[in-house]
Amino acid sequence: MDIMDTIKSQIESNAVILYMKGSPNAPQCGFSQRASQAVMSCGKRFAYVDVLSNPEIRSNLPKYANWPTFPQLWVNGELVGGCDIITEMYENGELKTLIDAAAPETEE
Amino acid sequence: MSTVQQIIEQKLSEMLSCDFLQVLNESHGHNVAKGSETHFKVTLVSEGFEGLNRVKRHQKVYATLGEELNNGVHALALHLYTPSEWRSKQEQSPESPQCMGGSKR
Repeated sequence: MDIMDTIKSQIESNAVILYMKGSPNAPQCGFSQRASQAVMSCGKRFAYVDVLSNPEIRSNLPKYANWPTFPQLWVNGELVGGCDIITEMYENGELKTLIDAAAPETEE
Repeated sequence: MSTVQQIIEQKLSEMLSCDFLQVLNESHGHNVAKGSETHFKVTLVSEGFEGLNRVKRHQKVYATLGEELNNGVHALALHLYTPSEWRSKQEQSPESPQCMGGSKR
């Protein structure tokens, strides 16, 4: 599959997906750490892609998204933003509302 | 020769009229050589952001600074407000996170 199709399919098939450096448990950048903590605190399952181990996604997602940096949070196929926006939305409660509405129920 | 910091300041102030513009070089807190210009934090307050959502505001700035982002600027924290939002934030923008050493990868 073409890399742009791969990206499109990831974004469309995951209600909540975070592109980040490292993983939520082992983030490799302070911006990715802050963003993943905010998303985790919403308590729903979410997908993530470590762009450091997926260099093709790292180099092509910025073009797809018209967004040059990581992390990037996508919800319901739309770009929510990077660390600054995620943090602001976490602090004012918008992030939890958005993710609660979008994410599938967590299985017990 | 202008520093990257000065170029960013100049390009942003030409992009739209700024009520407040602060460009901080935060590279010293990161895993890069002394004197580097890789990590910046921008706080910009402008009427021009009225009616634009957060993503569109960021994209406007990214488009203006495309050259810098393609040439060495690795991190760009953006805090973009309208004048009334800025007042409601008591004219303070949040701190950037600490480095975790990954920027060289």
